[in-house]
Amino acid sequence: MKRRNFINFLFGGGLIGTIVTFLYPVIRYIIPPGQSQSRIGQVEAAKMGELAPNSSKIFKFGDVPGILINTKEGELIAFSAVCTHLTCTVHYEEETETILCPCHNGRFDLSGKVISGPPPAPLEAYNVEVSGEDIIVSKKA
Amino acid sequence: MRNFLKNIFSYLDSRFKLSELAELAGKKKVPVHKHSLWYYFGGICLFLFVIQVITGILLLLYYTPSVDSAYESVHFIISQVKFGWLIRSVHSWSANILIGAIFVHMFSTFFLKAYRQPRELTWISGFFLLLVFLAFGFSGYLLPWNKLSFFATRVGTDIVGTLPWIGEKVKHFILGGSNVSGATLPRFFWFHVAVLPAVTAVILGIHLVLVQILGMSKPVGLKESEVREISFFPDFILKDSLGWILILALIGVLCVFFPWEVGEKADPFASTPLDIKPEWYFLFMFTTLKLVPAHVLFLEGEMLAILGFMIGGLVWMLIPVLDRNVSREKRSPAFSLFGLLVLLYIIVLTALSYLHLKL
Repeated sequence: MKRRNFINFLFGGGLIGTIVTFLYPVIRYIIPPGQSQSRIGQVEAAKMGELAPNSSKIFKFGDVPGILINTKEGELIAFSAVCTHLTCTVHYEEETETILCPCHNGRFDLSGKVISGPPPAPLEAYNVEVSGEDIIVSKKA
Repeated sequence: MRNFLKNIFSYLDSRFKLSELAELAGKKKVPVHKHSLWYYFGGICLFLFVIQVITGILLLLYYTPSVDSAYESVHFIISQVKFGWLIRSVHSWSANILIGAIFVHMFSTFFLKAYRQPRELTWISGFFLLLVFLAFGFSGYLLPWNKLSFFATRVGTDIVGTLPWIGEKVKHFILGGSNVSGATLPRFFWFHVAVLPAVTAVILGIHLVLVQILGMSKPVGLKESEVREISFFPDFILKDSLGWILILALIGVLCVFFPWEVGEKADPFASTPLDIKPEWYFLFMFTTLKLVPAHVLFLEGEMLAILGFMIGGLVWMLIPVLDRNVSREKRSPAFSLFGLLVLLYIIVLTALSYLHLKL
């Protein structure tokens, strides 16, 4: 190899190496991370007295909907309202006291377990706490 | 391979007239003398600005300009996004180095009297670029919505409010209300990513066109025999790019060893922290405001200081018009002394603030 070619190779290689060094972090940065940007630990889902027994409310939990249910017995329970089948938003069916996904008739009981239909997994259950007048819903640890 | 590259070049050359451009750039000369080092700071400023644009565009991918999520989104960038900490640190560090480089560029231009005829407009456009970049710094400082930036913005905008007659209205316009609030953050974001870049594009365009047309200024009284010349392309550009690589290495080291912190989230109802300070390039003004007595004759001290800075800025901008001797290629030591005093004032008052003296 001639000396000039060697120098050209060295500098050319260095230049390409530098460009790759700069492009790699940029490309990795542009690819979205696995974890969602919205990482909310807890929200105020409703006020005490807002929900009559055997009724429900859809609330915002970060960038996904959650469902708060006041059961017939007056117990407050909450789940992610995102169906585990094809991410439709579920709702509470008062007559059957179950949670229904209207897209493909997936049905869950009040512990979030699948009773019938195509959902492959139970609904994600949340913790519910009452703080004064506020009903606070948080992710389970 | 070589033929393939040649073909690509000739294809582009016949359309973009690249050879003619290269020939033109080769004809352009840059003087070489004992002060030529200072010529490189203009290129460094431009390079840092390009870094700002690239990293700024990348940050836009994850940043959300609202009170509820601005801090969280910055936290998300530095903790969850791959190399997010690096992109954010490069943006913050290069912004600070850019302001420093602009000051060096401005004072070197001043002391070499490069503002003299026919480069008055280059100086004036450069002065406006300084103001625009200070505004970039001020608006960008608030965007992470952390404690320090929140209170520094509150203090900074309060100062604007003391201006006679128009102060309150200007403050209201800047803040989108009477206080730094949820309305302020999207406004600052709008300034930072839309208004200021557009203004910069125009002024920077004028500044660069003037530099290209008028060429580099030689120091006053330099004999022709003492000046050698090199071609702008490739000689000057290659030397310039060496400076860029050094700056890039410096930024890399700073980002790795001193990554830019995000601090604590702003709480508008918390009391102001004790060590509240603006960015370093506003410190000389901040210290001045601390030193000025509450009342001077019939004027409020704060207002007097602001008026002083405004008049000082105007004088600084009009230096090419005021310095008549130098426009006739004569030395003007009085103006050099004035520049030296301004530089000392900035350095001393900035240092005083860092020394934590009870001012």
